[in-house]
Amino acid sequence: MSGGLIEQARYTCAIGAMQTVVAIPKALPILHSGPGCGTMVAGFFERATGYAGGSTAPCTNFSEAEVVFGGEERLKEVIEGSYSVLDSDLQVVLTGCTADIVGDDTARIVREFRDRGKPIVHAETAGFKSSNYVSHSVVVNAIVDQFVGSPEPGTDKVDGLVNVFATVPYQDPFWKGNLSELKRLLGGIGLKVNILFGQESGGVGEWKSIPSASFNVLISSWYGLEIVEHLKEKYGQPYFRFPYIPIGGNETTRFLRELSAFAELDPVKVEAFIKREEEAFYLEIQSLASFLLEFRYGLPAWTQILHDSSYVLGMSKFLLHEVGIVPKELFVTDGVPEQYQAEIRDLLDATSEKKKFSLSFEPDAGKAQEMIRASSHNGRGLLIGSGWEKALAREKGMDYLSAANPSPVRLVLTTGYLGYRGGLRLVEDIYDRVLATYS
Amino acid sequence: MSAINLKANEVQIREVRLGSITGFAGKASELVGCARKGKLGDRGRSFTQCLGCSTSNAACTVILIQDGAVISHGPVGCSSCFHEFAFTYLVNGGNRGLDAPTQRRIFSTNLGERETVYGGNQILADSIREVYARTKAKAIFIVTTCASGIIGDDVSGVADEAEAELGVPIVPIFCEGFRSKIWTSGFDAGYHGIARKLIKPPVDKQPDLVNIVNFWGADIFTELFGRLGLRPNYLTPYSTVDQIAHSSEAVATIQICATLGSYYGAALEQMYGVPEIKVSAPYGIAQTDRWFRELGRMTGKEKEVEVLLAEERERYLPRIAELREKLKGKKAHVTAGASHGHALIAILRELGLEVRGASIFHHDPLYDNGAVSADALQNTVQDYGEVPRYSVCNKQEFELVNVLNRERPDILLARHGGMTLWGGKLGIPSLLIGDEHFGMGYKGLVNYGEKILDTIENDEFVKNLARHAINPYSSWWLDQAPDAFMKRCE
Repeated sequence: MSGGLIEQARYTCAIGAMQTVVAIPKALPILHSGPGCGTMVAGFFERATGYAGGSTAPCTNFSEAEVVFGGEERLKEVIEGSYSVLDSDLQVVLTGCTADIVGDDTARIVREFRDRGKPIVHAETAGFKSSNYVSHSVVVNAIVDQFVGSPEPGTDKVDGLVNVFATVPYQDPFWKGNLSELKRLLGGIGLKVNILFGQESGGVGEWKSIPSASFNVLISSWYGLEIVEHLKEKYGQPYFRFPYIPIGGNETTRFLRELSAFAELDPVKVEAFIKREEEAFYLEIQSLASFLLEFRYGLPAWTQILHDSSYVLGMSKFLLHEVGIVPKELFVTDGVPEQYQAEIRDLLDATSEKKKFSLSFEPDAGKAQEMIRASSHNGRGLLIGSGWEKALAREKGMDYLSAANPSPVRLVLTTGYLGYRGGLRLVEDIYDRVLATYS
Repeated sequence: MSAINLKANEVQIREVRLGSITGFAGKASELVGCARKGKLGDRGRSFTQCLGCSTSNAACTVILIQDGAVISHGPVGCSSCFHEFAFTYLVNGGNRGLDAPTQRRIFSTNLGERETVYGGNQILADSIREVYARTKAKAIFIVTTCASGIIGDDVSGVADEAEAELGVPIVPIFCEGFRSKIWTSGFDAGYHGIARKLIKPPVDKQPDLVNIVNFWGADIFTELFGRLGLRPNYLTPYSTVDQIAHSSEAVATIQICATLGSYYGAALEQMYGVPEIKVSAPYGIAQTDRWFRELGRMTGKEKEVEVLLAEERERYLPRIAELREKLKGKKAHVTAGASHGHALIAILRELGLEVRGASIFHHDPLYDNGAVSADALQNTVQDYGEVPRYSVCNKQEFELVNVLNRERPDILLARHGGMTLWGGKLGIPSLLIGDEHFGMGYKGLVNYGEKILDTIENDEFVKNLARHAINPYSSWWLDQAPDAFMKRCE
């Protein structure tokens, strides 16, 4: 990976995947890094300490001495101390720039602890290597290889059990709510789910059952592909991929139908579930329709979105078809590798037969903001993005929804935007903010 | 006294320049005593948790300068928390008379693996020009990172070249996290860069202008100084590049938190003869009186100061007496950075609370001005007596949890984010005041006293939290001595 100027970064560096660890119940991130890395990550996500992240996470706090002489002894001390001071079910040692540049043999030290029977894993997450979107996969695969390991010989696949990889925890502000809805939906069509992250997962025990799943589910336009590819190779598990976040009636139904076809589920049962869900969803949308169509004081007619690729696609499709808000300039801010960009463009183009959308792959969000500043459309507009967009929305006289990181201006706990229920929540959030502008 | 050497690109870190430490457990008076005798030993730790980073503190000195732009030269994660300063700037702008505070300009060179191998000079050079084209900033600050430091980029050379081409100051600030365990070294690094590139020799001395090195607290000094015929010059948040350039024309420099402003004050005094106040900041009555009288002496406003103090006493002493009555005998624990921690101890003692313990992040035996009279811990101990369990804890949460679990004070006073959580989880009413001016002077005692009373009174939330809180700390650890992982003196 090579660098280049970014203003107002919307993601963090590889060591940000410490939040992937924080999202696993009772897992402990141990940083072998410079002193500030953990604080930077905590500052980016805010209110994201979980069980033992933030100021609780052990760290070797590289000093000049370790840069010169290496930090392996320090790492041993800190791991030993971690076992005495903190209770945890799984430890993941994440390296920072310092440890990887000076060339510490972190893998060897961690292996020594593992050989003593400790559930400990090592992942190379030097900040210069990648963003946290990429390193999320690195950390998950490290846990798979070094903790989950090979299944006992003779272990059978469990029919209908699936592993779900649908989000980068914390980087996706709605990860908890999204996973919760996903677990409900998949359960609804008859699958058993290893959701793996968050309170609805079974913690490290659930991770141990990853090899037993009959297939994997990935919801992502690109990040996380390395996980399901790895599992395919390691455990012979095929995967089903849906290339954006399914939000609302159309897309969630499409997702469930494609998934159940892939899994060869009983179509009668699946359709019965879909029918119930759609009825509940469209009952709400119908009640809303008169408001959307006749509210005479002004509602947003179009939107500009800055978000990661999975959200830009999912939100655009949802807002156009189910709410009637027309996407205008769209900015994908997650640093999508070039090889995945064409598919994302095609998926967006397929959203409408009549409309063309302006899509930019632009991790330099400052530049995206300049383009928005220069843009002009008739009527009232809605800006969806991170906390950085609040001031821009005010400047442009737009409605505004904070839905991406970093955002000091919105509190998200268990809200989700995925699925039927997530779609309704997104509608609520948008029009709640719009109505709040009226006295 | 540390000699300010502006010829050097980099400022010496505090451990070397001031002999500062991050590990101590004992009585406050012992720490002061050791410091006086030049025997301050540091105790390292075998187990440690995440610290802060110099690069954040350096950024804190420059991001809020109205007309500047900041480039973090490193991987994108090294500026991940800077958006918090952008938030602060917008939120607190009104306190400083900015009707329409502008969005902060925060950039990263986003160093990748290629630059880490082949060097990042070119990407930095290109970035500076792009940032200037985008922002037309009056000054561009470059904060360095572990990665750029270890690979040995020539940040000064690149900056000087760009400065010659663009005609605005390009200010390199060397603040790699691994250089210092004391992340307030980042403040010094920021002010060193500012002193080298922005502060200009005085043209016209301004006898009523007083520099205040602070964060972003509410503007209380326009009113207070107005009564003395003086004007505040707040530095560096919300200042302009031009205002910083003219800070050499002030009659004096005062500190709100010497941990923050030590280097700026000393640099102005040594370079341009602007005298720095050398008593502790005005927290608690003893220090308030001393500080205002010293300010009066330095600015020729002795009479005005006596009038002001008399007015303040008349206005606030009755309420302070009431608060003392209500707070008498309550037990408090303080956790904070060094000098503001000492200020909080003074406030609590002045209000009649008992401060049994304090968990302070580091200790500077003296500040850059070398004045024993400015030693805030010494002054607090002399004015109010011993703090029996004083630890220098380097923001190690596990030590704080251990101490709080033993001590179970009636209130925890914190100054830094992340530290009140454990007060709350243990059911201890906890208070963090972000505004460093909140506790100043006589009025500050009333402010704090009322807030503390409220906090102690409204404990239903923390009591409930304690019943349900998840605790990752082992029962073994909670039974050990809090300094069990501290090594012997290095």
